[in-house]
Amino acid sequence: MTNYVLRRFGQMMLALLGVSVIVFALIHLVPGDPIRVALGTRFDPDTYAALSERAGLDRPIVVQYFAWLGSALTGDLGVSFRSGQPVTTLLLERLPATITLAFAALFVAIVVSIPLGIVSAIRSGSKLDYASTAASQVGVSVPDFWAGIMYILLFALALSWLPPSGYVSILDSPIDWLRHLALPAVTVGLISGSILFRFVRSAVLEALHQDYTRTARAKGLSEREVITRHVLPNAWIPIITVVGLQLGFLLSGVIVVEVIFAWPGLGRLALLSVQDRDFTVLQGAVLLIAAMFLVINLIVDVLYAYVDPRVRY
Amino acid sequence: MADPTPTAPPPATHDAGEPIAEHRSRMRVTIDTVLRNRLAVIGLVVLALLVLAAIFGPTIAPYDINDINIADRLQGLSSSHWFGTDELGRDVFSRVLVGARVSLTVGFIAVGIAVVIGVPIGLVSGFYGGATDSWLMRLMDILFSLPAILLAIAILAVLGPGIVNAMIAIGIVYTPIFARITRGSVLTVKESVFVRAARSLGATDTRILRSHILPNVVAPIIVQTSLSLAFAILAEAALSFLGLGVQPPEPAWGRMLSEGRGFFQQAPWMAIFPGLAIVITVMAFNFVGDGLRDALDPQQRSVIESRGVG
Repeated sequence: MTNYVLRRFGQMMLALLGVSVIVFALIHLVPGDPIRVALGTRFDPDTYAALSERAGLDRPIVVQYFAWLGSALTGDLGVSFRSGQPVTTLLLERLPATITLAFAALFVAIVVSIPLGIVSAIRSGSKLDYASTAASQVGVSVPDFWAGIMYILLFALALSWLPPSGYVSILDSPIDWLRHLALPAVTVGLISGSILFRFVRSAVLEALHQDYTRTARAKGLSEREVITRHVLPNAWIPIITVVGLQLGFLLSGVIVVEVIFAWPGLGRLALLSVQDRDFTVLQGAVLLIAAMFLVINLIVDVLYAYVDPRVRY
Repeated sequence: MADPTPTAPPPATHDAGEPIAEHRSRMRVTIDTVLRNRLAVIGLVVLALLVLAAIFGPTIAPYDINDINIADRLQGLSSSHWFGTDELGRDVFSRVLVGARVSLTVGFIAVGIAVVIGVPIGLVSGFYGGATDSWLMRLMDILFSLPAILLAIAILAVLGPGIVNAMIAIGIVYTPIFARITRGSVLTVKESVFVRAARSLGATDTRILRSHILPNVVAPIIVQTSLSLAFAILAEAALSFLGLGVQPPEPAWGRMLSEGRGFFQQAPWMAIFPGLAIVITVMAFNFVGDGLRDALDPQQRSVIESRGVG
């Protein structure tokens, strides 16, 4: 087990290193002088000289990469070409909003999909199964940003129940925090839940058709016991994996929803940095998001090996 | 194994273990299975209509899509404007209809790029193994470890926004999926008797890959293509919505949605109908993809399915 964890960790570091090369290459693939492009009309020779000095764009590219990597490892991702603020500060400011939204959405996804998936599988072929499978089919086909817009139209503009966009810190007002969080969390959570639902349903269905389930029934256990003691414990394993993967996507992939709800997270920062051509910020955001994604995948894999006694590494 | 004549190898397309008759009947079975799946048939019908809209959209649309008519701006639904009008008085129904062309074109070309790059990588990787395999797969893993939409945005940051670059970006994003699926299938096929037979007859690697392995790994690739089309259309819509994909005045659904955002309260139809068009298109591709999977490759759990959508 320890060996497995170490090996997976090594693989993750290797992948992260690869990502860092791609992220670093970004800035050098952009045609023209990235700092001049970022400064645009606000060009000023002194700022330009200071930023160039800091970024060291005149040194050989390999030297630049290792210098950048070295600073990145100590938490220094350079300064924004636009605002002059340290990139790390900008990222850390946005991180709580992204994490909040990701966990809230995952909560919505789990609460909706797991009970529904289990019941649908147990009563497969019933009206409930049919309806929830159809709903999940719609869920995976709806663009998240369109769903978000529809919720804003309905719940914020037509019914005035919730604010259409924005973010309030939980420390300022827990109720306002929740009111602002509700729509984006439901938007992403229902889509994520639709994906999760399909996996829960098929995992439970599969466990229901295994020999051990038949044996449990043959032994005379009640249906309830068969399900809670034999079916669900076996179905959990694939479900945990998908939940973990979903968390990875939620932390990294809700850029458009953050934009719609003016949610001050990492995704929106990444998009703004593209629009502003502020490449150090984009580099930092992509690197951080990819790192979170890889770490979560690692945790999922290790957890998987841990919960499934049949898996031997 | 039939008795292959060493001096005159049979024709390239269906030799060694794959007689023509069996091939045809398998295709027949596949088509029958897909056609028995009601959802897949609905998907196919919708797709056929969409393709018609994409081809004949500009001719059958009731209005010119760029016909600006300020006097009629932000009109609600009516018999003359089924889906209302936008902020410039353009007919939303006509624009949604013609928008099918952009969505389908971007979807097909982007997935085409992913197939054209990903499948050969998977073939080579799976067939040769060793260092080639591990380097190529590491590279694919790295691309795969970046969230789809973020990678697309980063690529567009370098290439600049626009429809062609959006297709390239989406194509690159989905390349690793095709490489992985192809490689996985190659690994199982390459040890088959017919591959060993072909090799013992002196066939070259290229010939084995093209004539013996590729035809036998096509099923999962077809299934994945259909499902990826759904995701590519969603991705294009998201990128266009963010202003990185299709540029105005071209009517792309994602773009129309973002233009509609400014007029939420006065003209909700500007956002509702392009969105519905995306949902219907994506569902149609998913239905067809699921139907194809059931028919061709019931074992396969799509990699992309667990990947989520940006």
